[in-house]
Amino acid sequence: MEKMSGARSLMVALEKEGVDIVFGLPGGANLPIYDELYKSNIRHILVRHEQSASHMADGYGRVSRRPGVCFATSGPGATNIVTGIATAQADSAPMIAVTGQVPSKMIGKDAFQESDIIGITNPIVKYAFQPMSPTEIPEVVKKAFYISATGRPGPVLIDIPKDVQQNEAEIPFPTEVKVRGYHPWIDPDITKIERAIDMLLSAERPIILAGGGVIISSAFAELQSLAELLMIPVVTTFKGKGSFPENHILSLGPIGMHGHAEANKMMTEADCVLACGSRFSDRSVGTFEEFEKNLKIIHMDVDPAEIGKNQTTHVAVIGDVRTSLRIMVKMLIQRAIKRTDTPWNKRVNETKEYFRQNLKLHPHPLGAAKLLRKLREVLPAESIVTTEVGQHQMWASLFFDVIQPGTFFSSTGLGTMGWGFPAAIGAKAAKPQVPVVDIAGEGSFNMTENSLATSVLDNLPVIVFVMNNFSLGMVAQWQRTFYDRRMIGVDLKNCPDYVKIAEAYGAQGIRAETLDDVGKAVQTALKSDIATVIDIPIDPQEDVLPFVAPGTSLKDMILPS
Amino acid sequence: MWSIISVLVENKPGVLFKITHLFRSRNYNIDSISVGITENPEFSRMTITTAAEEKQLTQILKQLDKLIDTVEVKLLDEKKSIYRELVLMKIRINKPSDIKEITDLANAFKCDVHDVRKSSIIIEITSTPDRINAFEELVKGYGILEISRTGICALERGHDQ
Repeated sequence: MEKMSGARSLMVALEKEGVDIVFGLPGGANLPIYDELYKSNIRHILVRHEQSASHMADGYGRVSRRPGVCFATSGPGATNIVTGIATAQADSAPMIAVTGQVPSKMIGKDAFQESDIIGITNPIVKYAFQPMSPTEIPEVVKKAFYISATGRPGPVLIDIPKDVQQNEAEIPFPTEVKVRGYHPWIDPDITKIERAIDMLLSAERPIILAGGGVIISSAFAELQSLAELLMIPVVTTFKGKGSFPENHILSLGPIGMHGHAEANKMMTEADCVLACGSRFSDRSVGTFEEFEKNLKIIHMDVDPAEIGKNQTTHVAVIGDVRTSLRIMVKMLIQRAIKRTDTPWNKRVNETKEYFRQNLKLHPHPLGAAKLLRKLREVLPAESIVTTEVGQHQMWASLFFDVIQPGTFFSSTGLGTMGWGFPAAIGAKAAKPQVPVVDIAGEGSFNMTENSLATSVLDNLPVIVFVMNNFSLGMVAQWQRTFYDRRMIGVDLKNCPDYVKIAEAYGAQGIRAETLDDVGKAVQTALKSDIATVIDIPIDPQEDVLPFVAPGTSLKDMILPS
Repeated sequence: MWSIISVLVENKPGVLFKITHLFRSRNYNIDSISVGITENPEFSRMTITTAAEEKQLTQILKQLDKLIDTVEVKLLDEKKSIYRELVLMKIRINKPSDIKEITDLANAFKCDVHDVRKSSIIIEITSTPDRINAFEELVKGYGILEISRTGICALERGHDQ
C-alpha cells in the first residue's frame, strides 16, 4: 500500500473509475483536492457558478450514461449545487458531487463556510458519504459510482472534510465493493411478462407509454421491435420523448399537459397501456383517478417503489426495462406472434392525420412550430438537443421531432430554469463530435448564461437557440389564462441584448429575424467552432397549445381556437 | 389502520434522520418510533408504528426498503409478534389512602412502583397499548402529572420447523 493524502487517493480513485473530466470551482475547503487535480490527468472545466457545474455533470451523465463529476467547496459552494443535485434526482441522472467540508474538528462549530450539506441534500440524493479518514476515500468513491450508475440512477454526494483531504495514510483501493441493503439487479419475473403479453393481446386498444427509463436503459431497439411486432402505437412521457423515433408510423409523441393532441386523445381511448420506465407524473397523466378509469395498466420499472405509487397497476414487471422488453420480444418471436393492422390502428392513424391537418398553428411568421421545424430541417439527426424550462421547452416537445432515439434531454421532473445551457456543455464534453443545441427561452438562458465563458474558454462550443419573447412566457401564459390577464413579474423588456452578451464572452452572437435567417444562422453555427447564441425575437403573445390545465384530465385538453 | 413496521438498519450516524426525513418528505405519519442496537453491533432495529391506509402503507414499506441503509423491512402481524411499550406515569397523590389504591392497581397490572412521595408516585408499566390505555383510564381520576413513553418495540414470534 502506498502512503498518500486523502485528496490524492480521491484523484486516483476517480481515475480508476474512468473519470477524465470534472466540472467545478475551487474554494478554501477543497484546495487540497484541486492541488491534486493539478497533478492528475483529469481535465478540469471551470464554471462561473457551481450550479452550472452540477448541471454540466448532469448533462454529461445523461449523454454518456456514466456519472458526471462536479466539484464544489464547502458552505455556499456546496449549497450552490443543491438545485443541480435535485434536478438530477428528479430525472434519475447519474452524478457524483464532491464537496469540500470544513476540517472535521470544526464541524458543528458554525465555522466559516460551513454548511451541513449532508443534511441539506438528504431528501434529494440517492446516497451521501462523508469519509472521516483518508483510508475510506477509495472505497467511498467506488461505492458512490456503483450506487449512482446502477438500478435507477441518481446523484451521490461525497462530502470530504479538509483535514481528511490533507492527511496522509496507507490507503487501500478495493477492487470490489458491496453495499448491503442495496439490490439494483432484479431479474424480471417471466410469469409476469407472460401475463403482460396476454393482457396486451387481449386488449382491443393497446398503447405503449414509453418513459425516461427507456432512454436510461437504452431500450430503443427492443421498444421498437415490440411496437412493430404487435403494431401498438407509442406515446411517450415528456422525459421519454425521443425514446421512439418520432417520425415512425406508430409514433404519436408525448402525452401530458402540453402533449401532442393525437397522443392525449389516443391515450384516453386506449383500454390497456404498457408503461415502460415511467412514473406516471401528474404532468404526464393529469388527474390520476381519471387516467386509470377503464384502463388496464402494465407497469415495467426498475424501481419497485414506483409500482402503485400514483396508479393502480394490474401487472407489474420489476426490473431493467431493456431486459424486460428483450424477454418480451423473444417470447413473442418464439410464440410466432405478430399482429397486423387492426381497427384500432386505423382509428389511431386517422386521428393523427386529423390533428396534423387541422390543428391551428400560430400565424406569426416566427411561430414556434415554424421555427422548430426549421431547426429540425437544418440539424443533423444525431445532434443532441437540450432545453431550458418554459414555453420553448413545451414547443420543443410539440414541434421538434426527435429522429434518433436518446438525443433529447430536458429538466422534466424538477423543471429547472437555467439547466439547458450548462447541460448542453456537459453533453458536448461527453460527445464532442456531434452538434449540441440548447433550445432556450431568454428568461431561462439568463439564469446560467455566464457558462458562455466556460463554453468559449474550455472549447466546448454549443448552439443556444434563444426563442426570445421578452418575457417569462409560460408564467405570462398562465396569467393570461388563469389570472384574468393581470400580468406581473413577467416582462423582461428585451434586456440584456443577447447578441452583445455572446460577444462580450467572446462567443458568436447572431440575431435572426426571419425564418430564412434562422436556417442560415444555425448553419453558420454548425460550421463554426465557437459557442453561438442565436437570438430570435418571437411573438410574446403566442401560447403553448394544446394545454391540459393542472388538476384536470387529458380528456379536457384545450385546443387552439 | 394501525401498523407495526420493523426495520433493520445500518448502525451508523444519520440513519434515524434519513428514516424520519423520509416520513416527513412523503407526508407519512409516525405514531411512535423506537431504536436500539441489535445482537449484531453493525445493525440497529427500529420499530415504527404508523396509522396509514393500505395503499400508503405499501408505499411506506417500499420507500423504506429503497433506502440504502435499510437492510430489512417487515410489516409485523400483531398476532404473530410480541410488542410492548414501556410507560412511566407520574400520578398525583391527593390523600394518603391514594398510595395504597394506586399501588393495588399497579400490582393488578403487574407494574413497578417507583418514587413514592407525599404528593406523587411514579408507576412503570410495560405492556401492550391496550392494557396501558386501560391502566391510564383507571388512574386518570387521581390526576396524571407527567407521562413518558418509549414507543412500541416489537419482535416477530419464533417459529419451530
